Amino acid sequence: MSILVNRDTRVICQGITGKVGEFHTRGCLDYGTRMVGGVTPGKGGEKVADLPVFDTVAEAVAATGANATMIFVPPAFAADAILEAVGAEIPLVIAITEGIPVIDMARVMPVVRASKSRLIGPNCPGVITPGQCKIGIMPGYIHTPGHVGVMSRSGTLTYEAVWQLTQLGHGQSTCVGLGGDPLVGSSFIDILALFEADPDTHSILMMGEIGGSAEEEAAEFVKHHVTKPVAAFIAGQTAPPGKRMGHAGAIISGGKGTAEAKLAALKDAGIEVAASPADMGAAMVRAIEHKHKNKKK
Amino acid sequence: MKIHEYQAKELLRAAGVPVLAGKVARTPDEAAAAFTALGTPICAVKAQIHAGGRGKGMVKGSTQRGVELAKSADDAARIAKGLLDQTLVTIQTGPEGQVVHQVFVESGCAIERELYCAILVDRHAGSPVLIASTAGGMDIEEVAHKTPELIITEPFDPDRGLSAWQTRVLSARLGLPAASWRAAEQFFKALTKAFVNLDASLLEINPLVLTKDGTMVALDAKMTFDDNALFRHKDVAALRDESEEEPAETRAAAAGLSYVKLNGTIGCLVNGAGLAMSTMDLVKYHGGEPANFLDVGGGADVKQVTEAFRIILSDKNVKAILVNIFGGIMRCTTIATALIEASKTVGFTVPLVVRLEGTEVEEGKKILANSGTTIITADGLTDAAKKVVAASKGLKA
Repeated sequence: MSILVNRDTRVICQGITGKVGEFHTRGCLDYGTRMVGGVTPGKGGEKVADLPVFDTVAEAVAATGANATMIFVPPAFAADAILEAVGAEIPLVIAITEGIPVIDMARVMPVVRASKSRLIGPNCPGVITPGQCKIGIMPGYIHTPGHVGVMSRSGTLTYEAVWQLTQLGHGQSTCVGLGGDPLVGSSFIDILALFEADPDTHSILMMGEIGGSAEEEAAEFVKHHVTKPVAAFIAGQTAPPGKRMGHAGAIISGGKGTAEAKLAALKDAGIEVAASPADMGAAMVRAIEHKHKNKKK
Repeated sequence: MKIHEYQAKELLRAAGVPVLAGKVARTPDEAAAAFTALGTPICAVKAQIHAGGRGKGMVKGSTQRGVELAKSADDAARIAKGLLDQTLVTIQTGPEGQVVHQVFVESGCAIERELYCAILVDRHAGSPVLIASTAGGMDIEEVAHKTPELIITEPFDPDRGLSAWQTRVLSARLGLPAASWRAAEQFFKALTKAFVNLDASLLEINPLVLTKDGTMVALDAKMTFDDNALFRHKDVAALRDESEEEPAETRAAAAGLSYVKLNGTIGCLVNGAGLAMSTMDLVKYHGGEPANFLDVGGGADVKQVTEAFRIILSDKNVKAILVNIFGGIMRCTTIATALIEASKTVGFTVPLVVRLEGTEVEEGKKILANSGTTIITADGLTDAAKKVVAASKGLKA
C-alpha cells in the first residue's frame, strides 16, 4: 500500500513532445513507472519513447485507460492543460510546470474542487512511491521503499530529507511534492489525511516554508486527527519579510507566514521539529521513538 | 514587480477607477508648474518611491515629510526641493532609506471619511478577495491584529468579478450613506476588474476616500504584479523602475537566477528555493550570517554559475561562500565542472566551501579534488556549515 500512486497507476504525460516532457517521461519509464502515452495538441499519431501521442486528453484516456497525468505544458498554457485533464475525469493530475500566473490558478481551483480529480502542484517535483511508481522530476535512486510518508512545498529540500531518511535506514511509503506556488491543488491537510488512512505509512515527515498558513492549518489537523508520529522542518527561518524567496508562495507579507509562527504551531501540536535542515531525518527518528516509548508506558 | 503610485493611478484611471488629477515632477520648477496647471487651491506633493509609509516618513537630515500639502506653486516647489534627490526613510525602507527621484503633485479633495481597501489572492479561499475596513489611513496589519471585526472580506470569482450584492454588503458594513452605494458599487467593480485584468498580486487603496459630495476616490494606490504573468502585459512590464531595485537582484533576474541580498558575510549558492532557504537557516544555526539567498534553479550551466559567483562576490561583505547542491536532474559532475570553470574566470578572493550530494556525487567530488583549486570540500550539511562559518571568520574548521 501507499498513497496516490502505485505499480498499477497508468500515466500519461501532457506536453510529452517538449524537451523537458520527453526527458522526464523517459526518466519515469526507466524507474519502472507504467507510462502509457502522451498528449500534445496537433501531434496526435506521433510516438515519443515508443509511447503513442494523442491530440487530446480524452482520446488518450479512451485509448490507454490512463488514470494519472503528469503536466509539463509551458506556464502560459498549463492552467488550460489542468482543466483539460479534469474535464477528462483523470483521477490524479500532477502539474510540474513552474511559473503559472496565479489568476489562472484562481480560475482552475473552483473547477478542481467541484470535480472528482485530485490536483497535486503546480510548481512541484511530483509524487513517488519508491520501487513502484515515479511521476515527476525527482531522482529516483535516493528513495527506498518503506513506511515514512514525506510531503513538502519544495523539491530539492525533499530530496535532502529523503536522502537523510534513506541513510538512517528509513524508507518511504510515498513522497508528495505539494508545490511552491500560492495556490496549489493539494494542501498538507489533504495529504495528511491520506497518510493517516494508509496502513503502510507509519510516520510522517513534512517540510514547510515561510508564506501563507498551510503549516499552521496542518498543525491544527495533526493535533486532532493524526495518530502517527509526525516530524517537520520549516525553511526560511532567516528570510527577511517582504521578499519573495524564489518560490512565488514563499513570502512573509503583512506579518503573516513567518517561520516563528509556524514553528510555534507545530510544537504546540506535539510535532517533532528539526532544528536545522541537517536534522530532518533524525527528527523523524526521534518522533518515531518517542511515540514508541509512550505506547509502551 | 512593484510600480510607483503615479503609475498605478494611470492604470486605474484607464480602468475606470476614480482617482484625482495629478502630474509627475522631477524638478521643483516642474512641481510648481504642475500645481498651477492642476488649478486647485490645495495640492499634495508626494515622494514617489516603491516603499510605503511615506506620509510618516522623513527625509534624512531634515524635517521634510514624504507627503505634504502645498497651498501655492511656490509651496509645491519648496516641498519638491526638500524631497528630490534626498533620501527618504520610512518604516518600510529600513534605516538606509531610499532616494526620491520624482514627486507626484496631486489635486486635493474634500474628505468626508477615510476607508481602507485592498485586493489580493487568498490562499485559503483559492480565489481573489477584496478586503475593506473603516479604519482608513491606518496600518492595516495593526487593525487586523487589534480589531479584526473591523475587517470585511469578500471573495470573488476572477471572471464574474464582484457581484452587486457584495458591493452592497461592503457599503452597508462600511457605513456609507445610501446615496453613495451606487458610486461604491462602480468603484469596487472597476477595482476588482483592474486587479484581474492586469494580473496584479496586490492592489491596495489606503486611504479610499468618501468625499463631501458623496463620491469614492482612490487617494493612494499601491500595486504589485504577478511576475509570472508579466509576459502577457508588456505595457505593465515597461513600467519597471530599476533604480528602485537592488542592482544585484536585477542582474540576477536577467541571468535567470533568483537572488535576494541580505546583510551577512556568508554567500550562498544553492539549487532549489527550499534548499536555498534552508541553507541560509543552516548557516545561521552554526553561528554565521547569510549574505544572500541564491537559487540557481534545476538546470544551471557554466555561464549561470559564473554569473552567480560574480553577483555573490560583488557584495563586499562576503567573507566566504558556501555552495550546496543536491543533484537531482542536475548532475554533480556538471556542477563541479562549472565550479572549476567559474573559479578560474571569476578569481576567488574568499574561501569557497562546496557540498555536493546526489546524482554522480563521487565523480563530482573527484573532479573537485583533482582540480588543483583551493576549493574546500565538505561531507554533509553540518560539516559544510561548520567549515564555511570558520572560513568566514578566518579560521580553519
